[in-house]
Amino acid sequence: MKPAPFDYVRAESLDEALDVLAREGGDARIIAGGQSLMPMLNMRLAKPKVLIDIMRIGEFARIDDANDRVTIGAGIRQATLLAWPDLKRRLALVALGLPWTGHAQTRSRGTVCGSIAHADPSAELPLMLLALSGAVHLRSRKHRRRVPAQDFFTGMMATTRADDELIEAVSFQAGTERCAFREVARRHGDFAIVACAAVASGHGVRLAVGGVADMPAARDFPRLAGAALDDALNGFAYDLGARDDLHASARHRRDLVRALGRELITEVLS
Amino acid sequence: MTRLAAERRHVVRFTLNGTPLEGEAEPRLLLSDFLRHQLGATGTHVGCEHGVCGACTITIDGALARACLMLAVQADGCALRTVEGLAPSPARLSVLQEALRRHHALQCGFCTAGILMSLDTYLRRHRNPSESDIRDLLSGHLCRCTGYTTIVRAALEAAAELANDLTSEDRNA
Amino acid sequence: MSDGMSQATADAEPTQTWVGRSIPRVEDAALLTGRGRFIDDLGVRAGTLHAALLRSPHAHADIAGINSEAAKRGPGVAAVLTGTDIKALTSSLVVGVKAPVECWPIASDRVRYVGEPVAIVVASDRYRAEDAADLIEVDYRPRPAVVDPLAAIAPDAPLLHDGFPSNVASDRRFRYGDPEAAFAAAAHRISIDIRYPRNSCTPIETYGVVADYDAAEDAYDVLANFQGPFSIHAVLSRALRVPGNRLRLRTPPDSGGSFGVKQGVFPYIVLIAAAARAVGRSVKWIEDRLEHLTASVSATNRATTLRAAVAADGRILALDWDQVEDCGAHLRAPEPATLYRMHGNLTGAYDIRHVAVRNRVVVTNKTPSGLNRGFGGPQVYFALERLVQRIALTLGLDPLDVIAGNLVPADAFPYRTATGALLDSGNYQEALARGIRDGGLAELKARRAAARAAGRLYGIGYAAVVEPSVSNMGYITTVLTPAERRKAGPKNGAQATATVSIDPVGSVAVHVASAPQGQGHRTVLSQVVADVFGLTPADIRVNTEIDTAKDAWSIASGNYASRFAAAVAGTAKLAAERLAARLARIAASQLNIAADDIAFAGGMVRSRRNPDNALPFSRLAAVSHWAPATLPSDAGTTIRETVFWTPPELTAPDEQDRINSSLCYGFIFDFCGIEIDRTTLQPRIDRYVTMHDCGTILHPGMVDGQIRGGFAQGLGAALYEEYAYGPDGSYLTGTFADYLLPTTAEVPAPVILHMQTPSPFTPLGAKGVGEGNCMSTPVCIGNAVADAIGASDIELPLSPARLAALVRGPEPAPPAGLTIEAMAAGGRELRGEGSAIVNAVPVQIWAMLLNPETLKAVIPGCHSVQKISDTHFRADVTLGIGPVKGRYRAEVTLSDLDPPRAVTLGGSADGALGFGQGEGRITLTPERDATRLHYAYTAAIGGKVASIGGRLLDGAARVIIRQFFTALAREAGGGTRRGGLWAKLRALFRRR
Ligand code: FES
Ligand code: FES
Repeated sequence: MKPAPFDYVRAESLDEALDVLAREGGDARIIAGGQSLMPMLNMRLAKPKVLIDIMRIGEFARIDDANDRVTIGAGIRQATLLAWPDLKRRLALVALGLPWTGHAQTRSRGTVCGSIAHADPSAELPLMLLALSGAVHLRSRKHRRRVPAQDFFTGMMATTRADDELIEAVSFQAGTERCAFREVARRHGDFAIVACAAVASGHGVRLAVGGVADMPAARDFPRLAGAALDDALNGFAYDLGARDDLHASARHRRDLVRALGRELITEVLS
Repeated sequence: MTRLAAERRHVVRFTLNGTPLEGEAEPRLLLSDFLRHQLGATGTHVGCEHGVCGACTITIDGALARACLMLAVQADGCALRTVEGLAPSPARLSVLQEALRRHHALQCGFCTAGILMSLDTYLRRHRNPSESDIRDLLSGHLCRCTGYTTIVRAALEAAAELANDLTSEDRNA
Repeated sequence: MSDGMSQATADAEPTQTWVGRSIPRVEDAALLTGRGRFIDDLGVRAGTLHAALLRSPHAHADIAGINSEAAKRGPGVAAVLTGTDIKALTSSLVVGVKAPVECWPIASDRVRYVGEPVAIVVASDRYRAEDAADLIEVDYRPRPAVVDPLAAIAPDAPLLHDGFPSNVASDRRFRYGDPEAAFAAAAHRISIDIRYPRNSCTPIETYGVVADYDAAEDAYDVLANFQGPFSIHAVLSRALRVPGNRLRLRTPPDSGGSFGVKQGVFPYIVLIAAAARAVGRSVKWIEDRLEHLTASVSATNRATTLRAAVAADGRILALDWDQVEDCGAHLRAPEPATLYRMHGNLTGAYDIRHVAVRNRVVVTNKTPSGLNRGFGGPQVYFALERLVQRIALTLGLDPLDVIAGNLVPADAFPYRTATGALLDSGNYQEALARGIRDGGLAELKARRAAARAAGRLYGIGYAAVVEPSVSNMGYITTVLTPAERRKAGPKNGAQATATVSIDPVGSVAVHVASAPQGQGHRTVLSQVVADVFGLTPADIRVNTEIDTAKDAWSIASGNYASRFAAAVAGTAKLAAERLAARLARIAASQLNIAADDIAFAGGMVRSRRNPDNALPFSRLAAVSHWAPATLPSDAGTTIRETVFWTPPELTAPDEQDRINSSLCYGFIFDFCGIEIDRTTLQPRIDRYVTMHDCGTILHPGMVDGQIRGGFAQGLGAALYEEYAYGPDGSYLTGTFADYLLPTTAEVPAPVILHMQTPSPFTPLGAKGVGEGNCMSTPVCIGNAVADAIGASDIELPLSPARLAALVRGPEPAPPAGLTIEAMAAGGRELRGEGSAIVNAVPVQIWAMLLNPETLKAVIPGCHSVQKISDTHFRADVTLGIGPVKGRYRAEVTLSDLDPPRAVTLGGSADGALGFGQGEGRITLTPERDATRLHYAYTAAIGGKVASIGGRLLDGAARVIIRQFFTALAREAGGGTRRGGLWAKLRALFRRR
């Protein structure tokens, strides 16, 4: 269980990183906290030719809170965000959900943007990004674009990021919204069997679900109660296309979406 | 920009438990292997090499890290601490180490280094942890021998003792 | 009483001895400061090479060829060795049953389980060895696999070994008393079918071997974190084709846990030793975690039908066991021992005089089984104690009354069971009563009542278990018929050894061959020996490393069957006492008193009657070195004493197949309260009480440590852990993210209670205690969960999904118009379908499907396509999602051609990350001037990526398959959809 050989680039600036990416494209991988990539390197599931370490790029180590958006640079570790004094006030949902991401020992290295780039369908950060109408800020040598979360994730560990692009930041809608988060995993700290995030939105609730489909999914529910809410949740649960795997059956996942969804929506609306 | 070629060995320098050290590493060399096999710091153990068991946990610039999920070259210029740096002197154990010993909180001791590093780092910042804080922290470690109970008890007792020490230091100051 | 506090033993005598006290462990200071000496911490001989193993991705396949040319040219590579190379240097490992079947540590012409070694690369370091292993090309011809033990005995099952007439390696029936009559006469016949899953105690340190071969002396020197039993040494030397005295086997000072598992390192000792011989250098191999989970060793899984003849009052009159034991792909020594370890105590803690047994051992396409903590106990007690609960339910009795009504009477010890065990001592009724009282059962029952009244799911489970320890080396021969045994010669006993020596300054050293794996043997031995000599534990230095070339050992040496406290510590006591008796004679002559007046205390040897008449122990102890001529002639030397001890109670199986399979039998009574969350269906242990009688307790802290550790593993087995296989034999739990060990968040503190009924058969009165909770806890939790949800049949591990299937009613129907994309039940097979409108007419699309150029454009990541025939193409592709990419050889075939309406597209891919194959039926239906292309596929994936990426795999495969059909549609669309964004394509391929 040792990585295959690769060159290692320690980028000191964004331009350096983008240059290498432009040259090497799909043969290069960005490494930030490494908590998702390193296991894959060790198992030789991934064999990039070049690793580009972006953790020494100074401008990435920023949390900006402006214009109703909190923007988190690619160098921000999960633990750093968790310790950000304004987190509860500005990103209440993230304050609830982030402690579910891995363990203290991985949050201390893993970055916020890295988890989103990895696009694991069971991970909490992509889910929360989607729930909070977040966006992914992509950058290549030629251009810069901002992709809404709902367009960024395209499938199992698949995103719209092009090979020459890197995530320079992600941004979340900030505010003191009413929100709730709940997750069910086999053990504490495991990837979610079902994770749900709910945020009050307009006239109702936006419910986002991770761990069920190939990517996190969100749906806006108007103010509903009783059987109407049950039906709406049932439809959502089925639409997610749950499947059986080692840790849970499709049926159990749908049950959880229905039950947790109801719990969370009720909580947010109350 | 520094580009380190795959097939070459490159100088890596950092401080390990306060002592400046250097060695040579190919880019792909895991920090855990570098510590153990190049520097002879074998107190840090390897149990899974995919970031789950926690045996390899160390601190880098004060923050917890899985040494198996880092490259040696990534640690260049950093300050590393490992289990070898915990005891105040070769003949004495730290308060935390002593507590684990008193509570029979280890059997084979293979998981212990990582657990000590997590607890030591945590207790430096948290004076008054609850049992669930400790359990939450240690859920990032696997121990196959002890069933955890005695580790949790030892941690709580060490925390209380350290808090006392701090208060008496405050008083003396 | 507070939860989690161990209750002080009420019946321990007040004592001044070191034994019985929880002194700090001598082992700990080094382990706490990072100065442990585990195998991978030790320096190796200069020039040592490192090995990596290439392992089979297939559960069952013939090896048609291995091409290792590229690997051999890799940088730093010294050798690439295949099964043929190893076979040339070794002999087959012996197999525990009489059959013309071989057992090799590496495959040569056929692989029989995922993870079976296929080649060894020896290189300058592990990284380079793995690089080269990636370059080896193996041509596998897959065969059908069988993973289920009952399926394996079906007449049409794929056969694993040509030497067995079927997949049944052994089939034996036993009969004790008159079970037929008991069943015929009984008021009730109650039975249960159980499946015990595959799991393992997975130590956190993996296997390690460093081997060296001296060609001049034809001798091997091996360092391995092997744990015994050292009967395996005989297996090893035979396999390596040297006499035992030319295989020096050593163990490192520390080992990172074993729980039986490190017995399984032995095939790798053969492999690495042979590799060292082949390359003429020292070779080191450290197993990695993927290798360990996939292919190290596993406990057996077992299918059991257990029937009981029961009287109206719940008395069990007879048992009828039908056990089908799954030992995996090879019957590795000492298997099928797992099945026979419990043979003497198949009646558990109960007084049952009539027993029938049928034991079948089968082979399946899974990792071979071996030692694992509990060894046979979890499998047996899961059946027996589930049956007890069923009897209670069936007869409307309290399970506790069924337990109590069947226990072996307190005045019956030593008690001979129907199947031959001699239960040494105990008072099970008293243990039950104390457990109920001190564990607070009444309170738990009140909690259950309150929880149920509030509509919550809460259950209570019980387990009463006899914990055998100190195995009879002869029990395994119960698998042979009496006639076969007569031919083979008797096997029995359990030789323990200990050496106590005294150096020229009178300090005491102890050596034992107990191969501790973290349990603290050195500390306990220092207590035991300190007591004999009147010294302190700090005065005694204990060494537990084993070197078969220098140390006293026997086939029974090692760390297994919970033999330390009962056998090894007792033997150390005997050795110390022998020296003490001689020292007493010398002291008597020097002090001019009678030997029986001598006492050893406080570092002095003195007269009991006149304590002032004394000598320092060290001075007396040194006399044998400095002035042997002054010794009294009858004293003998006191420099060193080695004692071999084997209990006379451990005799070979008799003509009626009765076997006293173990020397000691402790008793455990467990109960627990468990609540199951109605939404998440996650069980929460409210309280777990475990009452133990393990005879005399030598070190309470360590005994409780063993109980807590076993409890955590039992809890894991009950709720989380399974070595899972797909129906095709693919292995699914290759990482710690899929094989789930419980953590601090899952393991509560059990309430531990003790009583002490000393064993009359062991020198210290101690019995083993290390394995009991691995036997009692899975079924105790199982019984509680069954009680909570009112289920009659449950299967471990009790995952929420399994419980959901038992608890939940019919599911709300899907909204109208939605069909569910189904996956074959429990299978690894993926199914999917989709359709698209393509801007071309069917004939155009048809032409494209038969054109290699199109295929090249539509096969994801395709580098080249080679046309083999009109309907057969070969491609070289890079497939992957996210960072997970690998290069594959792909074959594409077209069949069932119905131009231009339909075709079946078959595909397979094979590469370093695994293999996959699938089949899709494509139909083309004209729709106005376009075509509706519809596809339905099934696919299956195996190999490395299935073992370690299972969670993500299905989604990944879907992404790739979708890419193919998307590209096909795009190609066919003749450019009209070009530049179409993924979102558009997704809209195209929306599930119907
Ligand atoms: S070895 Fe690093 S977490 Fe297991
Ligand atoms: S003490 Fe052995 S794994 Fe924790």
